[in-house]
Amino acid sequence: MTVALRRRMFQYGVVVPFAIVLAFPFAWMAVTSLKPEGQVYEQSKTWTFSPTLENYGYLLHHTGYMRWIRNSCLVGLAVVLITLAIALPAGYALARLAGRVGRSLGVGIFLTYLVPPTLLFLPLSRVVSELHLGDRLWSLILVYPSFTVPFAIWLLMGFFKSIPQELEDAALIDGCSRLGALVRIVFPISAPGILTVVIFTFSLVVNEFVYAITFITSSANRTLTVGVPTDLIRGDLYNWPGIMAAILIPSIPMALVYNAFLNRFITGFTGGAFR
Amino acid sequence: MAAVAVPGGRRRRLRYATERRGVLAALLISPAVLFIGLLVGAPLVLAVYLSFTDATAGSLTGPWIGFENFRHELRDPIFVDAIWHTFLFTAISQAVVIVCAGLLAHALVHAFPGRWILRFFILLPWAAPIALTAIGFLWFYDTQASIFTWFLVKLHLVSATNHPTWLGTPTAAMSSIITVQAWRTIPFATVIFLAGIASIPQEVDDAAAIDGATGLRKFWHVSLPLQLPIALVAILFGIVFTATDMVVPYILTAGGPFNSTQVLTTWAFQTGINSGNVGEGAAIALFMLPLLAFVTIAMLFFARRAEVT
Repeated sequence: MTVALRRRMFQYGVVVPFAIVLAFPFAWMAVTSLKPEGQVYEQSKTWTFSPTLENYGYLLHHTGYMRWIRNSCLVGLAVVLITLAIALPAGYALARLAGRVGRSLGVGIFLTYLVPPTLLFLPLSRVVSELHLGDRLWSLILVYPSFTVPFAIWLLMGFFKSIPQELEDAALIDGCSRLGALVRIVFPISAPGILTVVIFTFSLVVNEFVYAITFITSSANRTLTVGVPTDLIRGDLYNWPGIMAAILIPSIPMALVYNAFLNRFITGFTGGAFR
Repeated sequence: MAAVAVPGGRRRRLRYATERRGVLAALLISPAVLFIGLLVGAPLVLAVYLSFTDATAGSLTGPWIGFENFRHELRDPIFVDAIWHTFLFTAISQAVVIVCAGLLAHALVHAFPGRWILRFFILLPWAAPIALTAIGFLWFYDTQASIFTWFLVKLHLVSATNHPTWLGTPTAAMSSIITVQAWRTIPFATVIFLAGIASIPQEVDDAAAIDGATGLRKFWHVSLPLQLPIALVAILFGIVFTATDMVVPYILTAGGPFNSTQVLTTWAFQTGINSGNVGEGAAIALFMLPLLAFVTIAMLFFARRAEVT
């Protein structure tokens, strides 16, 4: 057997079973979401049933789902803007200007990303209520940058380090100021990297759960991750097909975007310092 | 004249200042440091302070009671068990993740037909919000209509009348949440492993090939040592994000049945938010600090090692 064939067999032999196991829950979600709600518990109809879209209609028109999506997107956009405003200059300075001190500081900032929400949510919940931000989206917009900023700085450091120094030097020799070189040369070249940071920051925000369930108490202000587990229950009954639809709708596009930007994510992640 | 010249001079001085590396760097970095200090540092200090008080919901302060919260927790069997559960939950799920992610990353690194779509399937559990997919598993583990039970019955591994209740007994519940945690962590760990493989220069690969190293031997003597630093980073990440996260146990079992899946984070949430004992909840959460400190030191160590290679 040739080496190439052996490698192919190894690749498919590993990847295909893993893909099936890892993606199966989503396939079963899709099946359940198309089932009439009354049939989900019928053993005889596990795979054979007449598919319906009524669960999607119910979800979109008769629950707070669209509102939760809107809330998540609002918070996501606001946090992305705040994060970029803080992380872009810091990431650049740590990568290019600060030298050895910058390297240590960069690792230090990255380590704050490891301080978990589960350690900070109790004191922050007190702070949020002292500021009269309880049950308002502003509480999330204020607190979420605490983990998106370190994460974004880390990725941006990686991207900025991968830009050739000569480009900036040339701009400086041509009479550009350092800030001018940053805005006119470095940021445009880093656009794909910055877009990667925007995407992963946004998804960190949409995925967040601990702060959202602690700070937000009313249905109208819930975000996606908190609204679905708390509000899609009719009486005592879980509306399973509707819930499955609610999970699939954001998951599929997010996975598509992750897949498209994966290589860039890897570049930024390893460029930071672990190389 | 002088009144006009002064602002101009100041602007010029400001321009000169931003041309100096150190000044500009400090200027660009300080907002981030300030922000992180305010939103991570200050709450951390506040958490430590709260843990020494009797603070309850609705107040930011409370009577100082010294180590009473810690003493009380260490005497509480639920808390002591929660530490053990946290360890089990983390150690088992991450051991599974390392093996799977290592294999997957090596299979995914070189292009092959169909890789894009297969990688999409593999990334799904990481890209989808875990709070939502965890509810999905609540349905997959349903006592009456579990799809896992359906498969086991069809395979004649269990009988239709006497099948496991996935979240109903302590052992089954623990295994179930560990499975979900491993499932959701595998893609991210795979990506970090991929990053580790990608960071190996092509020349090293070529040199190994010229020297006749192939397959397992090349993996063991060339690839593995070079990937070790970043693989360890992936492992440390997995440990932190598993030991300090509460979404999976909170949604699937809420610590039950009989506190058999209570981990540090769910117990801190229940004590601090649901029961309103903020001080005690903070004390429980602070037991994560030794782990975080250990991981921090390890990360710093490996980050330095990785730089050298």
